Amino acid sequence: MSTVTHGERVHPRAAGFFTDWRTVSLRALRLTWRDPEAFGPALAIPLFFFVVNIGALQKFVEGSGSFPPGFDYKAFQLPVAVIFAVTGVSRAGSLVIDIQDGYLDRLLLTPVRRGTLLLGLMTADFVLIVCLVLPVLTLGLILGIHVATGIVGIVMFVLFAGVWGLAFTGFPYAIALRTGNPTAVNNAFLLFFPFAFLTTAYLPEQAMTGWLATAVKFNPTTYLLSGMRSMLQTGWEWGEIGKGLLAIAGVGALSFSMAFAALRGRVNRS
Amino acid sequence: MSGLMQRATPDRQPAIRASALVRRFGDNDAVAGVDLEVQAGEIYGFLGPNGAGKSTMVRMLTTLLTPTSGTAQVAGHDVATDADRVRLRIGVALQEAALDGKQTGRELLDLQGRLYGLSRTERLRRVKELLELVSIGDAIDRRINTYSGGMKRRLDLAAALVHQPEVLFLDEPTTGLDPTSRAAVWAEVRYLNEHLGITIFLTTQYLEEADALADRVGIIALGKLVAEGTPTDLKRAIGSDVIVAKVTAGQAAGVVAVVERLAEVDRVEIAGDEVVMSVDRGAAAISPVAVALAEAGVTVEGLTLRTPTLDDVFLHITGGRLQEDAA
Ligand SMILES: Nc1ncnc2c1ncn2[C@@H]1O[C@H](COP(=O)(O)OP(=O)(O)OP(=O)(O)O)[C@@H](O)[C@H]1O
Ligand SMILES: [Mg+2]
Repeated sequence: MSTVTHGERVHPRAAGFFTDWRTVSLRALRLTWRDPEAFGPALAIPLFFFVVNIGALQKFVEGSGSFPPGFDYKAFQLPVAVIFAVTGVSRAGSLVIDIQDGYLDRLLLTPVRRGTLLLGLMTADFVLIVCLVLPVLTLGLILGIHVATGIVGIVMFVLFAGVWGLAFTGFPYAIALRTGNPTAVNNAFLLFFPFAFLTTAYLPEQAMTGWLATAVKFNPTTYLLSGMRSMLQTGWEWGEIGKGLLAIAGVGALSFSMAFAALRGRVNRS
Repeated sequence: MSGLMQRATPDRQPAIRASALVRRFGDNDAVAGVDLEVQAGEIYGFLGPNGAGKSTMVRMLTTLLTPTSGTAQVAGHDVATDADRVRLRIGVALQEAALDGKQTGRELLDLQGRLYGLSRTERLRRVKELLELVSIGDAIDRRINTYSGGMKRRLDLAAALVHQPEVLFLDEPTTGLDPTSRAAVWAEVRYLNEHLGITIFLTTQYLEEADALADRVGIIALGKLVAEGTPTDLKRAIGSDVIVAKVTAGQAAGVVAVVERLAEVDRVEIAGDEVVMSVDRGAAAISPVAVALAEAGVTVEGLTLRTPTLDDVFLHITGGRLQEDAA
């Protein structure tokens, strides 16, 4: 079409997967930075519980006699604080706002690769999650936790937590895309409750019996926690680490397939 | 507008073509089989009341919604099978401004440019050009959630234009605007069409808007295109003048019974407390109408002679008024 313009013609084209991913990620990161109320509480609450739990339970658990001598309850609790800080962190709330404001439609009107709309948000989530792990971990180190696997272990520990947090983001995104409802998304963290409490968050597995023990055995969080604890407490136990990674992979496969299915549902409104 | 005749040669492919387009929600046919063609360079006004199916039509033509059946091509490409090619060639301002309050206007426009694959130089240049066009001024570097409604609309239009689209879709661009802002939007639409050659598909509930802006108007009611043509042709089709008798409640039928026997009256319709008569020559018809009513002892509150509006066309075709408050 012979369009006259007041400037030169520009040449629109599909920017491609990686450029789109980068574009969407950079926006999500910029907005995360502008939105500290979205992650401030996520950090403050687990730090608070970490300190309180140690104060309240350390003497009791370490003195109970059911653990080997030298058992460090602080190192036992640190992964719990980390997991609580990162699980459920996502930009699903802002995705709901994009849906409500129609901004998602504006994005969908462009040739943007659809999958990058989620991947970009998740990328920002991963960065934020890693940033949330660092202060919790630092507090643990200040309190005198000794990391059995050294510096490499610390890096692995952070990545472990990061990948777990990322694996969980699919659930809130699926809810956001299916419902477009902010309340539903805000309540997504309730999903984590059974996983958080029917596990070895406060007591080691040996201390549990009956149906609780069974629930704990089928809870992926159990394996996640023991993988992370082993890195802190005993050294490179590849069996424990492997089981932890499998648990993360299982949760991630489920949550991501739900999230991307929900995205497809919203994108081709057929 | 004169552009229509010069640009729309028959062998040229239309900017928009819809055939038997249907969109169903549950058992509600929001769009119930629409055929239409819009030529390159035209301003096409899609006129209909609330819930007629205008936005659903726009969402299908702009690839946001998959048609239940039927096909549509926009800028030469199929909206269902070749959506990305369509997306590169169209600009869209949806019914509600589709913006992100947490970004600044400049960030938003730049992001649009990136998603359309524009280079850095192209993006900088376009943002500068668009700022001239939509006059947002310094606010461009403020967060969008500080903008007024009118500024949001203008930024939304700018976002729709970043990639220099060939076809622009505007879904009710002036609904809720004050008269001054409405006039500004009209001027912008004309500028985009006349100076930049952009084909425009515009939906509206306002007959004056369709009348003032559109080269051709399609009237949609209950998901069906019920009339189409230039505003002049549409109005001419229902007679050259209308006489409107304002009556008190319950009196309309009596008035109809009297006036429909008159040779001067071609057609009579009731719209609320008004009886609308289509007549060929209003000046010659008004006194026979008045005399007949007086002789029959029917009292009317007022009798007006005027030229037909698109609302009269709408009344004639659907039996209802386009807007409750329209005369
Ligand atoms: N997503 C949806 N789900 C179910 N029904 C819908 C949906 N979108 C539109 N509809 C229905 O389709 C019909 C047409 O709606 P549409 O929004 O296209 O009308 P419109 O002409 O744009 O009206 P308005 O002037 O109020 O914007 C309405 O009956 C509406 O309720
Ligand atoms: Mg609408």
